[in-house]
Amino acid sequence: MSSTETLTRQPRVTVAGVSKQFGEVTALTDVDLVLGDREFVSVVGASGCGKSTLLSIIAGLEAPTTGSASIAGAEILGPGRDRGVVFQQATLLPWLSALDNVVFALDGEQGLSKRDRVERAREALAQVGLTGFEQAYPAQLSGGMQQRVALARSLAYGPSVLLMDEPFGALDALTRRTMQELLTQVWERNRMTVMLITHDIEEAVFLSDRVVAMTPRPGKVAAEYAIELPRPRTPDVIGNDAFREYYRDILDLIHRG
Amino acid sequence: MTTQTSAPAAPARRTAGARRKPVLTVLTRRQYITTAVIAFVTFLVLWTAVTATGLVQPLFLPSPASVVEKLVEQAGNGQLWSDAAVSTYRVMVGYLLASALAIPIGVLCGAVPRIEAAIEPIMDFIRYMPVVAFVPLTVLWVGIDDPQKFLIIFLGTFFQQVLMFADAVRRVPLAYRNLGATLGLNRVQILVRIVFPSALPQIWDSLRITLGWAWTWLVVAELVAATEGMGYRITQAQRFLETDLIIGYVIVLGLLGLVFDQIMRALGRQFFRYLKGRS
Ligand SMILES: Nc1ncnc2c1ncn2[C@@H]1O[C@H](COP(=O)(O)OP(=O)(O)OP(=O)(O)O)[C@@H](O)[C@H]1O
Ligand SMILES: [Mg+2]
Repeated sequence: MSSTETLTRQPRVTVAGVSKQFGEVTALTDVDLVLGDREFVSVVGASGCGKSTLLSIIAGLEAPTTGSASIAGAEILGPGRDRGVVFQQATLLPWLSALDNVVFALDGEQGLSKRDRVERAREALAQVGLTGFEQAYPAQLSGGMQQRVALARSLAYGPSVLLMDEPFGALDALTRRTMQELLTQVWERNRMTVMLITHDIEEAVFLSDRVVAMTPRPGKVAAEYAIELPRPRTPDVIGNDAFREYYRDILDLIHRG
Repeated sequence: MTTQTSAPAAPARRTAGARRKPVLTVLTRRQYITTAVIAFVTFLVLWTAVTATGLVQPLFLPSPASVVEKLVEQAGNGQLWSDAAVSTYRVMVGYLLASALAIPIGVLCGAVPRIEAAIEPIMDFIRYMPVVAFVPLTVLWVGIDDPQKFLIIFLGTFFQQVLMFADAVRRVPLAYRNLGATLGLNRVQILVRIVFPSALPQIWDSLRITLGWAWTWLVVAELVAATEGMGYRITQAQRFLETDLIIGYVIVLGLLGLVFDQIMRALGRQFFRYLKGRS
């Protein structure tokens, strides 16, 4: 993907001059950020620099104290089905099977028969490699599989923006690597706009078109890096020089900040 | 590739009796049952010994045999069954009334801050009032028939239930409400379709615990003022110094409580099967 392509993307989400105050705590100050159409953006930064707050504002779960966020030109005033959210914990409904958890998210879809919903849910589960686990209850699935169901649930209703807050943060290193590869594949197939929050810089560089680094106290955007590694990406890329250079630059910045 | 011969030597044999003790001893089901049975039998033997040797007068503590004899007699003439039936009926009505009202109120209390502010301080205040002290008052209000029993059971369980159910709802992680919101559900839908079902296992557990309390309150009410029922029979027995009947009935009350508790547990396991993980 060339840099010119990055520049010519239409903005999908625009955050303009956003600050967020929680009583005495300034979580965010004067944040400007654009998520381009079908762009994969990761946000990294130390704990407490306001990453989750920024995601909640875009998701419509929190209102900014000043400034505004908009999606496709319309101001964000609350949550909506144009945005899907994957949380750190899978938040599956334990009394529903994997399939029904995905169907649950499709209940709000107009003009879909029960049959179509189930069909779509099956497809979404297949995309995340869970064919054969449709009838399993969340308690019977491993942490990684639960997170796959959560991802399938967000894919199923086709939001134009996918927001993920440390989705693999609770998983072990091996499972996390598998999930990262799965996510690249899923994204390269669907190409929606993604904002991924992570502590893992390697994960950010591997997955993203652009990495946004934030610094704390008060939380603000410190720098952005366009990651111009070729796609489709495979884990081989992690060893190469360009990758290492991005990794070091971002790490330096976060440590200085 | 490693083979048997290239494997390192077997670990040095430990000296006999020096086996490592596990941090947590886990009993097999069989060991558990055996231990429990032995303890129970020991208890019965001690009881028999104390009474048979004349250490304690039968008037104060009759032998296990005479208690069983008395219970068989009461079962034979039908009195045990009718007492147990009356008491069970009272517990059920009082408890179901309390629960039926406490579930919606408790759930709303846990879900809506304004309702919580309006209701919880009152509930917190009332629940520390001793229910026993309400017995004379309830007799004045509704007499000594069934409604008075229902009322005492209600007073003893309802307020606690509201607080427990509210707590169960509040324990549902915020992420679940956020999930509902991002899926486009409104507040009522989030409560009905996500929060309430999430809190149900905890609510069921509270229901089970408060059912035990309901039995206690029933006996309190029947001891003070009644014309039939388990508690009433115990007061009557006291009048005629029938200690064997008292102890027999106390044991039956314990068994009834246990049976209902086990039924609630079994139903809970059935309803919430989905919580069972990979084994
Ligand atoms: N609801 C809230 N009430 C009060 N303070 C809050 C709230 N949410 C966040 N904060 C504060 O705002 C700051 C930013 O929090 P946020 O959760 O956005 O950080 P983060 O970058 O996501 O951190 P982490 O990497 O640990 O998840 C922190 O100081 C936090 O304590
Ligand atoms: Mg966070």
